[in-house]
Amino acid sequence: MKLVTMAAAAALAVGLSGAMAEPVKVGMITTLSGGGAGLGIDVRDGFMLAVKQAGHEDLEVVIEDDQRKPDIAVQLADKMIQSEKVDVLTGIIWSNLAMAVVPAATAQGKFYLSPNAGPSVLAGKGCHPNYFNVAWQNDNLHEAAGAYTNFAGHKNAFILAPNYPAGKDALTGFKRFYKGDLAGEIYTKLGQTDYAAEIAQIRASGADSVFFFLPGGMGISFLKQYKDSGVDLPVVGPAFSFDQGILQAVGDAALGIINTSQWNKDIENPANKAFVEAFQAEYGRLPSLYASQGFDTANLLLSAMEKADVKDADAFRAALEAAEFQSTRGEFKFGPNHHPIQDIYVREVVKEGDVYTNKIIGTALTSHADAYWSDCNM
Amino acid sequence: MSLILLIEQVLNGLQFGIMLFLMAAGLTLIFGVMGLINLAHGSLYMIGAFCAAAVAAATGSFVLGLIAALAGAAIAGALVELVVIRRLYDKDHLDQVLATFALILIFSEGTRWIFGSFPLFLDVPDFLSGPVTLPGGIEYPLYRLTLIVVGLLVALGLYLLISKTRLGVQIRAGENDREMIAALGIDIAKLYTIVFALGAALAGLSGALVGAIQSVQVGMGEPVLILAFVVIVIGGIGSIKGALIGAILVGLTDTLGGIFLPELLKLFFDPSTATSIGSSLASMAIYILMAAVLVLRPAGLFGARA
Amino acid sequence: MIRETHVNALTLLALVAIPAWALYADEPFTITLMTRAAIFAIAAIGLNIALGIGGLVSLGHAVFFGIGGYAMGILAHHAQTYTALAEWPFLIEGTKSMPVIWLVAVCLSALAALIIGALSLRTTGVYFIMITLAFGQMFFFFAISWAEYGGEDGLSIYVRNGFPGLNTLAPIQFYGLCLALLVIVLLFAWKLSRSPFGLALNAARQAPMRVETVGLDPMRLKLIAFVISGVITGLAGALFADLNRFVSPTMFSWQLSGEIIIFIILGGVGRLFGPVIGALAFVALEHWLGGLSDYWHIYLGLLLLVVVLFGRGGLIGMLSGREAVHD
Repeated sequence: MKLVTMAAAAALAVGLSGAMAEPVKVGMITTLSGGGAGLGIDVRDGFMLAVKQAGHEDLEVVIEDDQRKPDIAVQLADKMIQSEKVDVLTGIIWSNLAMAVVPAATAQGKFYLSPNAGPSVLAGKGCHPNYFNVAWQNDNLHEAAGAYTNFAGHKNAFILAPNYPAGKDALTGFKRFYKGDLAGEIYTKLGQTDYAAEIAQIRASGADSVFFFLPGGMGISFLKQYKDSGVDLPVVGPAFSFDQGILQAVGDAALGIINTSQWNKDIENPANKAFVEAFQAEYGRLPSLYASQGFDTANLLLSAMEKADVKDADAFRAALEAAEFQSTRGEFKFGPNHHPIQDIYVREVVKEGDVYTNKIIGTALTSHADAYWSDCNM
Repeated sequence: MSLILLIEQVLNGLQFGIMLFLMAAGLTLIFGVMGLINLAHGSLYMIGAFCAAAVAAATGSFVLGLIAALAGAAIAGALVELVVIRRLYDKDHLDQVLATFALILIFSEGTRWIFGSFPLFLDVPDFLSGPVTLPGGIEYPLYRLTLIVVGLLVALGLYLLISKTRLGVQIRAGENDREMIAALGIDIAKLYTIVFALGAALAGLSGALVGAIQSVQVGMGEPVLILAFVVIVIGGIGSIKGALIGAILVGLTDTLGGIFLPELLKLFFDPSTATSIGSSLASMAIYILMAAVLVLRPAGLFGARA
Repeated sequence: MIRETHVNALTLLALVAIPAWALYADEPFTITLMTRAAIFAIAAIGLNIALGIGGLVSLGHAVFFGIGGYAMGILAHHAQTYTALAEWPFLIEGTKSMPVIWLVAVCLSALAALIIGALSLRTTGVYFIMITLAFGQMFFFFAISWAEYGGEDGLSIYVRNGFPGLNTLAPIQFYGLCLALLVIVLLFAWKLSRSPFGLALNAARQAPMRVETVGLDPMRLKLIAFVISGVITGLAGALFADLNRFVSPTMFSWQLSGEIIIFIILGGVGRLFGPVIGALAFVALEHWLGGLSDYWHIYLGLLLLVVVLFGRGGLIGMLSGREAVHD
């Protein structure tokens, strides 16, 4: 756990109209150690870049490491609410940790801005006026992959994901938009590293394409083994297996693979261009979608601070809902359940010089909301 | 379910098992000869993979990377033995568990400190990549076949070492009666360091070989560690033969169980539920196997009877 | 050197004084931390009965912790969603009453411990360690795949369960409850170690064959100890779930089993207050070391190594200067 107090020094607030005085304290709980730390580090770096650029006097950020453990996340949330007396919480990467922290936090009157995890419950039946998701609802990227698979003319897809709630959501989301037949549907073991058996099944199934959701190390293993197996079917997946951090570890095995994402570094708008340049200058690496999500979350918060006082919950909420900030994705809009309505792009993995990265080749879904908003009774 | 698919799955199970054997062999040697439970064995696996990735990235040669893995893991093992493990032989299993657990923490975060939080790149060399066609029309990745061959060669090498060399005699004697061989004038300290370094090298080799087709990241050794323990328990502690047979059993159970259990359940349930339940049963299958073996043979298949 | 009984008394004092100060200084988070330590202490005292007295190194004790936790989670979940748990053969509804939940947690843990113990005690030494680990893993994977209760995502319980006469949402009141339970469990453990059963168990650990010649059955003694230990750890699990208002399969993980063992060794194996001091020390380290660096696990590992290699008899041993427990 690292205490970073950014009581930003004065004198950098050029051109900003003064915010309405009440200082805002933000508690960021994210994963900074262990195997999944890359995502948390990206979110934090993106968030803090925006905070630094704004140079806001009244914004204080406290950052803690949840070590990917739900009980530690709950403990940290308690500490931030009871001890640090934060107004806004953010940062959680994983859906299971989010489910442990968010309902209790919002019930206690705190705002929660999610820069990543978007479980379906919080978009539908469990939605709450204080909960905002700046990234996506978990199913979105998978739905886009399903839509793309149709568009590409594939009719007999083989789909696989790990056997845990996010994995099941992934395949459900894919099937919601995919119209063809399924050559096979497999739930692998969480944390599984050897996919030889699954690849053999793909080979034997007569499928014409493959969709997979295998976050982190699981995806790296699958891609390497898939390339080596000689099964040459087109592969589609969500951006989670193809972000900047993972691509360097997979290498050539990922080239040419199609993935869906709500953001890429080559989206054409001034805010995004500036973000990519600034991130590279500050941290020496290209940003991933997680970094862009962190960046956007901070800017959303800052935009709300311009318009309202965080202590006036209703006004602040309205300011958040208005979402008047320059997003890296261009126009940004919330749906009635506080989840984004946005375009989901189709990207292809390419190599630029020495670096593996993504390039947008099309749009899978435009102005796409999520499937759960009608269950939300806000 | 065609015959070709079945044979391919059996090969997969075999390959998985043989890679486990490399881990388990080191573990069972260390426990058999030194009576030490080594939870840090998974960290040595990880160190091997990281050494291989670092050297392969720097030199462009996979083979050099493998050599680096062997050397790196062996050196790390020897160092750890000299500094920490040496003091644990006289203590009971509990202290050994705690001390080696502490080593896991140190190695994991230390690796993250040196190499960063993102996974490293390690790839199969070109001359070993791609599939080959086996008799019967089965296409199987060449690299996985290589792994099976390497593993079997190592098993053969270990067998020769244990049964035909002087070191092997000392090891076998040490497994039988530690105090006696000390009394007979054999340098126990050196023997233990060699055995530990050998076990570490095997783990490091396994890590490097497997890391090429999986993900080289911090914590990669822990799931394998648990499985390796399961293997040596099933096989009987101290027995290399037991480790090989146990490893193949576990590999086949895991692979075939993961494929066939869902298929079996599809007869009774709808596909989605069947795959869910089948996948969970498959995860539990190895542990159920181990529990069953222990209930029937409390010292493992080839372990010394009490 | 401080006598062990004095160390124990100081610990009890700290358990009362620190939260009292926190209440006065308006630091509710410190009370939450103390509650966490107290619950871990209860879990570890449970294990210490099997491990310290009985010599049974169970690397799967988190299984009972998880059973207790899920007992609470499932019952409270059904209560807060107003659905029945089962309708056949008779209507079972959820409940949010702590005493009922504890009773259920205790009974389920006892049943599980009986079965797991009966099967595992056929083995000894490292085989025993491994088979207990196997059972832990089985429950872990089972919980992950049990989608109805959240699977890997776990279950959130929005409001803490109720105890008659207390406002359990107030940190100090919940802490008081946990402290009371901790004291009861400590008293029980102390009486047990001095009772004929405890002495026989101790003997069975040191010299099983002699115990048999006297006419006692070491296997039966160990099984009873295992069940008692499972029950206490199960109770701790239910409390832990209430503290976090959350249960998840990680409560079954082998890393947690390892941590419970660490509490005991850190404090001092077989010593009455060993688990308590170990749990307090661990929670404190977890909290403070994290401030040093992102890589604080390294410092934790080094510290644990030092305690194991050079500290004789854990923290209590180091403080009171005696290596082994003497009655």
